[in-house]
Amino acid sequence: MSCNSIVLVKQVPDTANISGQVMRPDGTINRAKLPAVFNPEDKVALELALQLKDRYGGKVTALTMGPPKASDLLRECLSMGADEVCLVSDRKFAGADTLATSYVLSRAIAKLGPFDLVFAGRQAIDGDTAQVGPQTAEKLDLPQITYAEQILELRDGVITVKRRIDDGYEVLRAPLPLLLTVIADAALPRPPRAKRLMACKHVRSLPELERMVDANSLLYIDTLVDEYVQQGRFIRTLTVDDLEVEAERCGLAGSPTKVKKVDSVVLTGGNHQRVPATREGLGQLVEELMNDRVFG
Amino acid sequence: MSNANRDVWVFVEQRDGRAAEVSFELLSKGRKLADQLGGSLKALLLGHELGEAVRQAFHYGSDEVLLVEHPELRDYRTLPYSRVVGGLIAKQQPRIVLFGATFIGRDLAPRVASFTRSGLTADCTDLQIGDADYLRREYKDLLLQVRPAFGGNIIATIITPEAPVQMATVREGVMELVPQATPRGETVTRIPYEPTASDNLVTVVERHREERRNKVKSAPIVVAGGYGMGSKKNFALLHQLAQLIGGEVAGTRAAVDAGFITPDRQVGQTGLTVRPKLYIACGISGAIQHRAGMQESTRIIAINSDADAPIFDVCHYGIVGDAAAVIPLLIDGYRERLR
Ligand SMILES: Cc1cc2nc3c(=O)[nH]c(=O)nc-3n(C[C@H](O)[C@H](O)[C@H](O)COP(=O)(O)OP(=O)(O)OC[C@H]3O[C@@H](n4cnc5c(N)ncnc54)[C@H](O)[C@@H]3O)c2cc1C
Repeated sequence: MSCNSIVLVKQVPDTANISGQVMRPDGTINRAKLPAVFNPEDKVALELALQLKDRYGGKVTALTMGPPKASDLLRECLSMGADEVCLVSDRKFAGADTLATSYVLSRAIAKLGPFDLVFAGRQAIDGDTAQVGPQTAEKLDLPQITYAEQILELRDGVITVKRRIDDGYEVLRAPLPLLLTVIADAALPRPPRAKRLMACKHVRSLPELERMVDANSLLYIDTLVDEYVQQGRFIRTLTVDDLEVEAERCGLAGSPTKVKKVDSVVLTGGNHQRVPATREGLGQLVEELMNDRVFG
Repeated sequence: MSNANRDVWVFVEQRDGRAAEVSFELLSKGRKLADQLGGSLKALLLGHELGEAVRQAFHYGSDEVLLVEHPELRDYRTLPYSRVVGGLIAKQQPRIVLFGATFIGRDLAPRVASFTRSGLTADCTDLQIGDADYLRREYKDLLLQVRPAFGGNIIATIITPEAPVQMATVREGVMELVPQATPRGETVTRIPYEPTASDNLVTVVERHREERRNKVKSAPIVVAGGYGMGSKKNFALLHQLAQLIGGEVAGTRAAVDAGFITPDRQVGQTGLTVRPKLYIACGISGAIQHRAGMQESTRIIAINSDADAPIFDVCHYGIVGDAAAVIPLLIDGYRERLR
């Protein structure tokens, strides 16, 4: 059987590589300076979808909601082997919490579908909430398997999945369609293929073409889009007008969680004892801790 | 949207009929929140043959237990659990619902929040009741959901002013366990479970459980390493030190990401919360998400080559130096004095 999948992907600030440039003197992070990366577990999810395609056939679509810059991520998906990609982007979608995000994503999936499998990474490293997957499943009225580690079998429209639980693992079986969230251990993402990489360099999303038009008065957006579509270089882009969404459920307006305030933590500082990094200094520290029965 | 209901619910999760520790911690916190709100604390329990868990729910402060018992609910499964929990919340509209940030809670809570269109804040490190102004409107008695925010030393307070039901998840070990001298309530409200066809779409073929893997949470000494340890080989030094002084090895998320240590030993906001007698932080910068999981340790030793690292602001003993050189000296010092 062939299996059509859609993979939810997100571009995230690289929290693992916070360098000096990124830190402001007051200890906060300058987000604009952070490199943006493919959320690691989303990449694993894409890899799993591609492996299924290699084995059973079918089509893999990658979907992201984000600013125009997220087009980079979709080019990366194409270079790994995704058949189609789609950018959901609109000012009205900005500032969304997980509930508003999953609402818009679920509408986009409904529009692009039907699909046999919806894949997502377990969580995104900028928030670690792990909420968007299950919330999207609920909105689409799909069963979900979270923390998926391995797809054991796919036969006659029934999937068997091994998933992690806190004290071990479970093997679950469910009919398609279904949503899976995938953990980092599930697969090793393939590197981009050189040939595809070259080809998708010139692929553009709607907001990117709009920017080209803004910069060059000789271009018209409609003809430019037509041209890119004909050459197979257009990233399908969905805005608020393309989706059947209620505006009040999107973006900041549709997000029940609000940030009330943000405090910087003032560290007490300096109140500790400096221990010299020498044999004597450390020996004395050990002695003090032994005397206080902290160890020994 | 207003909600006249002032009740606090805690989803009490169970495995083999035994309630999870984190659920008792949440009941302890929920007790305080309910008192402040002037509402009652209700424990929501799904499963089969839950007598002991019910008794304990009262012991940790519940006024009432909402009990859904059925053989088919013995083990957690997403679809029936989320349908039952979501349905009850939608109907009764409690003011607050708390879940443990466990594999079960993190599977269930978002699905329920989506169904009831509630706000949900993950991995809170503190919960309080307070008033808030938002967009020039005043809101009374909101749940203030405190969580470190991505970005330097920043703590964000999240509110869900317009949502009738406010939801949050909390990791094990974050809230204090407060048993009551005498059980608060005794009211058990039984709620019938009526299976539907869709409840059984997903079937369990096999379930394998291991003994609880590691003892980091209960260890008197934790030797933790960060990205600054540089390699898995250097991490072996931490194991050596831990073994010698009777401790457990843990790490930061950066150390986990680098493959120096397994994820189940990550300390911090999205990992374990520990309060050992001694915490030795080696090559750890001291990001707020990490400190959230260790700053209440009785004593903290920090070893870092950067004298300005924030970890030095929460430690009791600070050693500026290369961890790979300092740890062997600590090991030697300990061995010498043992003799
Ligand atoms: C949503 C979210 C949740 C998170 N949850 C957690 C969590 O639960 N736990 C957690 O730990 N982090 C968490 N983080 C990540 C956190 O923000 C930090 O990125 C992480 O804690 C940094 O780990 P680190 O200190 O090991 O690495 P770094 O910040 O890279 O620090 C390495 C340190 O090692 C020092 N060093 C370098 N070489 C040496 C040497 N030879 N000897 C001694 N010192 C040396 C450096 O001076 C530096 O201070 C989370 C982040 C986000 C966004």
